[in-house]
Amino acid sequence: MSATAKVLKYDVRDLVRSRWLIGYTLFFAAVTDALLRFGGSAEKALLSLVSIALFVVPLVSLVFGTVYLYNAREFTELLLAQPVNRRQLFGGLYLGLALSLSAAFVVGVGAPLLLEGGVDAAMRGPAAMLLLTGVALTCSFTAVAFVVAIRTDDRLKGLGIAIATWLAAAIVYDGLVLIAVMMFGDYPIERPLLAVMFANPLDLARVLLLLQFDASALLGYTGAVFKDFFTGLGGTLVAAAALAGWIAAPIALGLRAFQRKDF
Amino acid sequence: MIQAIGLRKRFGALQVLRGVDLTIHPGRITAMVGPNGAGKTTLIKLILGLVRADSGVLRFDGAPINGDCAYRARIGYMPQIARFPENLTGRELIAMVRDLRGPFAATDDSLAAAFNLEAHLDKPLRTLSGGTRQKINAVIAFLFHPELFILDEPTAGLDPVASSLLKDRILAERGQGRTGIITSHVLSELEELADDIVFLLEGKVRFAGGVADLLRSTRQETMERAVAELMRRSALEVA
Repeated sequence: MSATAKVLKYDVRDLVRSRWLIGYTLFFAAVTDALLRFGGSAEKALLSLVSIALFVVPLVSLVFGTVYLYNAREFTELLLAQPVNRRQLFGGLYLGLALSLSAAFVVGVGAPLLLEGGVDAAMRGPAAMLLLTGVALTCSFTAVAFVVAIRTDDRLKGLGIAIATWLAAAIVYDGLVLIAVMMFGDYPIERPLLAVMFANPLDLARVLLLLQFDASALLGYTGAVFKDFFTGLGGTLVAAAALAGWIAAPIALGLRAFQRKDF
Repeated sequence: MIQAIGLRKRFGALQVLRGVDLTIHPGRITAMVGPNGAGKTTLIKLILGLVRADSGVLRFDGAPINGDCAYRARIGYMPQIARFPENLTGRELIAMVRDLRGPFAATDDSLAAAFNLEAHLDKPLRTLSGGTRQKINAVIAFLFHPELFILDEPTAGLDPVASSLLKDRILAERGQGRTGIITSHVLSELEELADDIVFLLEGKVRFAGGVADLLRSTRQETMERAVAELMRRSALEVA
């Protein structure tokens, strides 16, 4: 067993007993359950769930991720004093957190879906996509949290950067796109907007998800315009690949920072 | 055991080490003393590979410390702050470190037995008192028959009984020819342990040598007074 797997094993054991992680699971379970019961159709329930997940998953991944790494600072030093190389230790710490948070999301959303007799056949695709995208966003923003926490020694500053990152991706970005569309709406700005969309994993995830529903009105401007591009297998694959890039890039950055860091 | 030549390290605007030359002799216990911010912890972290020097050479048993991690199998480290994953138990924590050391590392649980830790090992670490966590910290440092043990403020937070048990252990390790580096603010505490002393001030070694030499050259009777004398002299030099 590699050091990564060993660190992962104990990390997950620690995390599944964490009250915060249990609370996160219960939050999604309660929301999913309530939406399924009172949300009308399964499609409406899932759509509401998508909006909530797109806000909450990145926020929790960023904040929990940075706080977790800061709290583990002294312990990380103890582990680094063992005969373990930094790459493997980083792998164990990252996978431990990303997998635990992903599992919390999947269980929280998935359990009520299954318990309430499942969703009808038409909604299985969207439900599966919601779980997949949730995991992808968790992996991406947890990696961003690691980059922030590794590169910023001051905890308060790191937490501030994490929250600012979330605000930028979840709120400021939409505002800027809207302003751009208002200002340049008379010009053919589809292509530049497409490029802009790839700059935000949250927007990519939103488009991937909402294309599963017949609700392009909810897509926002970028999505509505590029429905043509993203319907069909090709577009989905491109978006999925871009999302994978948004996981790989921060992991690579975090690993580099971790290997160079003075603890 | 350890040789340092011209070690320099800067953190941002702060030059923490300004050219440290140092030799740690095998089979002896070295007390590393100096005021806060003198560079003690940074020097320890350099030896452990947690921090990288800007320049200078650092050798462990003749081989330069340069990012390879295998040499750390021969070192036991007790950090100053005992902060562990909150929801693991002491037993799991010890098992984790043991796993990381590999199946062939011979272990020695006698310190855990001496500390009477058995009753606390199955509770989550967050529920344990600071003193108990510090005991677990010490157990981990001595778990693998380390050739070199590095203890950063080891007795802070330990009660007198635990503290003297730890000292017994340190002396027993030296009796078996092992090497130790200990930092502490409480100099009287190092008195009975240290063979050598390294006095750091503002990132430089101001004195390195046997404790007896230090007492002789400062004409003092205890380490505490001798180090105080060293600090006084350094202050005079500056002035």
